[in-house]
Amino acid sequence: MTRELWKGNNAIAEAAVRAGCAAYFGYPITPQTELLEYMSARMPQLGRAFVQAESELAAINMVYGAACTGTRVMSSSSSPGVSLMMEGVSYIAGTEIPAVLVDVMRGGPGLGNIAPAQSDYNQIVHGGGHGDYNLIVLAPSSVQESVDLTVLAFDLAEKYRSICVVLLDGSIGQMMEPAEMPPFQPLRTEYPDWAVTGAKDRERRFLSSIYLDPPQEEAANLRMLRRWQEVQANEIRYKTYYMEDAKFAVIGFGSSGRVALTAVRAARAEGIPVGLLRPITLNPFPEKVVEDLAKQVEGILVVEMNSGQMLEDIRRIAKGAAPVEFFARLGGIVPLPDEVLDEIRRLAKGPLTLEGHPRDRWLARMGTLN
Amino acid sequence: MDTQEEVIVYARPDSLTKTNTHYCPGCTHGVAHHLIAEVIDEMGLRERTIGVASVGCSVFAYNYMNFDFVQAPHGRAPAMATGVKRVFPDKVVLTYQGDGDLASIGMAEIVHAAARGENISVFFLNNANYGMTGGQMAPTTLPGQKTTSSPNGRDVETQGYPIRASELLATLDGASYVVRRSLHDPKNIRLAKKAIRTAFEVQLRGLGFSMVELLSTCPTNWEMTPQNSLKWLEEHMIPYYPLGDYKVNPAVAEIKG
Amino acid sequence: MPPKGRIIVSDLYCKGCELCVGACPQAVIALNPDRITAKGYHPASLFKDGCTGCGICAIVCPDAAITVYREDLRARRAIPAGA
Repeated sequence: MTRELWKGNNAIAEAAVRAGCAAYFGYPITPQTELLEYMSARMPQLGRAFVQAESELAAINMVYGAACTGTRVMSSSSSPGVSLMMEGVSYIAGTEIPAVLVDVMRGGPGLGNIAPAQSDYNQIVHGGGHGDYNLIVLAPSSVQESVDLTVLAFDLAEKYRSICVVLLDGSIGQMMEPAEMPPFQPLRTEYPDWAVTGAKDRERRFLSSIYLDPPQEEAANLRMLRRWQEVQANEIRYKTYYMEDAKFAVIGFGSSGRVALTAVRAARAEGIPVGLLRPITLNPFPEKVVEDLAKQVEGILVVEMNSGQMLEDIRRIAKGAAPVEFFARLGGIVPLPDEVLDEIRRLAKGPLTLEGHPRDRWLARMGTLN
Repeated sequence: MDTQEEVIVYARPDSLTKTNTHYCPGCTHGVAHHLIAEVIDEMGLRERTIGVASVGCSVFAYNYMNFDFVQAPHGRAPAMATGVKRVFPDKVVLTYQGDGDLASIGMAEIVHAAARGENISVFFLNNANYGMTGGQMAPTTLPGQKTTSSPNGRDVETQGYPIRASELLATLDGASYVVRRSLHDPKNIRLAKKAIRTAFEVQLRGLGFSMVELLSTCPTNWEMTPQNSLKWLEEHMIPYYPLGDYKVNPAVAEIKG
Repeated sequence: MPPKGRIIVSDLYCKGCELCVGACPQAVIALNPDRITAKGYHPASLFKDGCTGCGICAIVCPDAAITVYREDLRARRAIPAGA
């Protein structure tokens, strides 16, 4: 295959089609809408299912129904729409069936705006819906990675009978970059042994998230947790840059990680021994990597496009082994490489402290910024 | 009498499981269940039918109907059925929903499934209250009707008016077959069964959305004997919810003929 | 002469709701005070002759608890008079 110029949202849609997605259900919301529009033309062209639902709530429940048939199914939305989907997300998780969800994040809370943000981290990584469940969360930082992770999302969802979320911000959804599309996978013709397909020549099946008997619900919860342990053992993905000899580390995912990489390269050019960790799976989180990195370096800078949602995870994992600093832009503003470079310089210059909270120090600095 | 000289007039349909239901004695949910099961047996659809259960007293429908089933969140059965049907257009997909589920929390889903002409069959049990949670006011509760959340009787000034779902959905072009029947006596039960059959015929012919609303009793929450519940249904519900055909696509009329 | 019929009511399903009692055109069904189901209901049963096997009890039964049998009239016709 050759590389072609693709818009992020369209690229994800085409990647899903090639991964054998047989049904798509969605609702228009900026900055995700092109994905829905692309599917509205592409899916019927291939004789596959496409419905523009009456709401994200309906869309996720259409996904729920289609997922019960064991076929490859997806939806996509952006932050406020994803909030509305949380009911269905919890039910799908509780029914232990695979589905893929793409969240192209925008500024919030509330209606917020349509500019890029990463403030759905807690909602997607740490819950959002009710009950005990985990979602597999993949965070691309380029159009090519969005393509690759979309294909992976279908495989992981199926392997672990789980929802797999591709979590990106609006800038990746909207940007155009060269990307290579994956090969075309055929649509499934056989269905898994748990799927509802009509009780022909077999016992009837039913799929539900209801366990009225508490011991049965506990057993289901334990089963999901043990499956999650397998995901933790096998599926952690991340990328490190310039970490071998690094005395300082920047940690950022998605667009923040991408911007940070530019800043890290610039800092290296200035002779600052800094590296970058870019988590790709936000759940399961690369905890061991962060733990080891905290022992290696003299200081960590967390860069996000939210108010420090991943920061809390880094602080929990680093356990005070290295001082942690924080930098973020909020409300739909993407940090500039120069801003991050300034933060790296500040980190290298010190002094650093384990006292206080990095968010408070950042907030104090933001006071002079705005 | 020698059994060899007998015919079986009625036996429990294969499409019901061998399970005692949780429904209260005399609740006509059970009548709706066996009618659907009988029609599925008679039409030979059991092995290709996928049911979508809802939330409310009908939450355990999947335990009682002997074919593949999924369980929807409250009100979302038509959306879930859409997902199933779009993947498997050749399967028979039904939803079984109560009045709180369909006419309150799931109003958007049912309206849009009908508007899309989604090729599914909806069985809508209207018993004028939320049964499962103990008899609260439903969107279908009659004016003046006492429930645990309208203890002085539904006051339309503050609690609004009941929703006639069949009449409302019949206005949508995507709806092919929308009728209201009642389960209060043998004659009407027979008519209900015919309507259920027609709804499946509509789906098999790809004619789009079909819904059979079934007026049903709730003896426990109405605080009446099962017998008196039937009378109350006839005397109070039918005047507000007239029985009849609210939408019959001309192509459906041919089936019936 | 109307055909002869009989019903068998399953103790597994019957909840003693009496809808069949009220619907029976021959008024030959009643709850049986001598029987009690596992759930504690007195199940319906025939308490006198006269069942025609019309099946109305089964139509109104919410629990599909009733199996209805009716004399095979073809068999009756097949039997020669006086046999």
